[in-house]
Amino acid sequence: MKRKTLLLVGLLVLACLLTACGKDKDELIKIGVVNNPPSESGYREANVKDMEAVFSKDNGYDLKTFYSIKNDEQLQAAQGFITEGVDYLLISAAETTGWDDVLKKAKEAGIKVYLFDRMINVDASLYEAAVVSDMAKEGETAVKWLLDQNLSEYKVIHIQGAMGSDAQIGRTNALEEQFKSGKMTKVAQQTASWSEDEAKKIVEAVINSGEDFNVIYAENDGMAKGAVAALDAAGITHGVDGKVIVMGFDCNKWALRELLAKKWNYDGQCSPFQAKIISDLIKSGKAPSQKTIINEEKGFDAKTLTQSDIDTYGLGD
Amino acid sequence: MKEKFKRLFSGGLGQMTIPIIALALLVIFNLIRDTSFFSIGIMHNNDGNAVLSGNIITIINGASELAILAMGMTLVTAACGGQDISVGAAAAIAGSVFVKVLKASTAISGGTVVLAFLCACIVAMLFALFNGTLVAVFKIQPMIATLILYTCGRSIAYWINGGATPTVYSSIITAIGGFIPGIPVPTPVLIVVVMALLFRVLFHFTSLRLFTQSVGINGDAARLNGINSTFIKLLSFLILGVCVAVSGCIGVSRLGLINHETLLLDIEMDTILAVAIGGNSLGGGKFKIGGSIIGAYVIQTLTITLYAMKVSSTDVKAYKAIVIILMVVIGSPVVKERFGKFMARLVHGSKRVSVKGVEE
Repeated sequence: MKRKTLLLVGLLVLACLLTACGKDKDELIKIGVVNNPPSESGYREANVKDMEAVFSKDNGYDLKTFYSIKNDEQLQAAQGFITEGVDYLLISAAETTGWDDVLKKAKEAGIKVYLFDRMINVDASLYEAAVVSDMAKEGETAVKWLLDQNLSEYKVIHIQGAMGSDAQIGRTNALEEQFKSGKMTKVAQQTASWSEDEAKKIVEAVINSGEDFNVIYAENDGMAKGAVAALDAAGITHGVDGKVIVMGFDCNKWALRELLAKKWNYDGQCSPFQAKIISDLIKSGKAPSQKTIINEEKGFDAKTLTQSDIDTYGLGD
Repeated sequence: MKEKFKRLFSGGLGQMTIPIIALALLVIFNLIRDTSFFSIGIMHNNDGNAVLSGNIITIINGASELAILAMGMTLVTAACGGQDISVGAAAAIAGSVFVKVLKASTAISGGTVVLAFLCACIVAMLFALFNGTLVAVFKIQPMIATLILYTCGRSIAYWINGGATPTVYSSIITAIGGFIPGIPVPTPVLIVVVMALLFRVLFHFTSLRLFTQSVGINGDAARLNGINSTFIKLLSFLILGVCVAVSGCIGVSRLGLINHETLLLDIEMDTILAVAIGGNSLGGGKFKIGGSIIGAYVIQTLTITLYAMKVSSTDVKAYKAIVIILMVVIGSPVVKERFGKFMARLVHGSKRVSVKGVEE
């Protein structure tokens, strides 16, 4: 009998110790990240790596991630994070719509939401802050650069990103205005959903149809690369001294090197480093002074680009 | 000549009837539509190479991966009476390995490219061996057995490079996917020719063709005659593995990067179709690799024709499906037989006997 009591006491002590251990883990800030998959592009790869580095255990975070390019899967995952009871929810949405209900539920559960990289079409009260790139401005900067080239005619192949994403909408709108005003001619406008292969097919189709064009406006670097592969196969020159102007976005290092080699003409920057800003906001414990925090971004011209630009602004390796 | 023509219409050319008629129809259609479709010119690309360009070149170049896969698929089809639907996923794995090895070396030389290709080959053959074992040893239906790799293959490719889409930058890779300086013909086309020759040599110096056919027609009978049917089936998968590695590496070299999600996406269906258009029985047995190669070019000609008619690349699949349904129905035994009878009635009388004679 005595031995049994001892055993019971022993077990109780052990249980207390275990919960004490568990308590240590509770002090970590629980972060749920809903993002697009790293395979999407060089931009996303850098973005995901940055998130994982900043929200590490050493920095006091317990990070849970979910990656998908499909909006409904993302919504489900966000729902899952809310049920699980995270402290903060970070979202880069596949599409700008459909998020109201989930964000309302997060608010009811007392979970603070930060948007990063891409905006969502919801009431600003539903999130703490959005640390984003101004995609519309990226598009405007690029189109302004294109107009500054003073070509006698603009026959544009427009390769779009995944339809409905903030990046696609922003980068498309600026060009769409030019099509509407008649300043530029739309030879082809089609989505390749950020895929290099699909972009290559689109350009091949235009080449085979025998239609003339002199500008390729691809909404990210990978698609520009696919487009250029199609040009190379058909023996059409491109770049600074070539027939076709090639434009991309994101500023991957390899893409900037293409610019330096004068094979491409323009690359618009899109900064993937939002994690540090969000982490600082969380650690400060105060509500951010403004709802939308915009990363400063530039555009690079092959004629003026230098190696040091590549080292400073290039993504990946 | 007249005899041959008659035989062609009564299906007497055997296997090659459908692919040749299909290709001829596409060519005639394009001749009527726009003769400039066939024009070939010489252009100078960014590297200053003189290169051939034109729709015909695009067709032959673009069908390279498909043609190579179709060669291997023909053999698997003939031996196993079923198809490998994991070729696209396996090519993504092979391509990922190719890039992984290239990335591991500091400077890319000819040696590293060969090494990387050999590694890709070995990995592709290992996966092919896995498929082959399921089919040959465990007697699982090929389509079910390869469904496993079809489902998980691209995830495996994802692990190899850690989910990224790494780029490789080298003049050698550009030469493999594009043009070798001084040669105006696209390199992938040359690779197809080399592969076709290799198959020719293989069949010439071994009895593989005969063995494969007998295993495909009746595996048990073949075994009783001293042919190791399990080994022949495994071998066909291994050869397909090599084809997969080759086309995966071409695919990677074209773009200079690997995207495991999109590399040779949906190519398995086109490959099986190429084998079918090639007049090969999908149930195994007799086969003609030449037919499958023509089948691959038929599919690509169809795609490029649609492009030339300004059909957008997303809509092409739907139109392609319609044409392919027509092709397969026309090539079906029922239609062939009716058409043969119809022709016989047309030529009538004494000639009728000669047609019958051919049939006998």
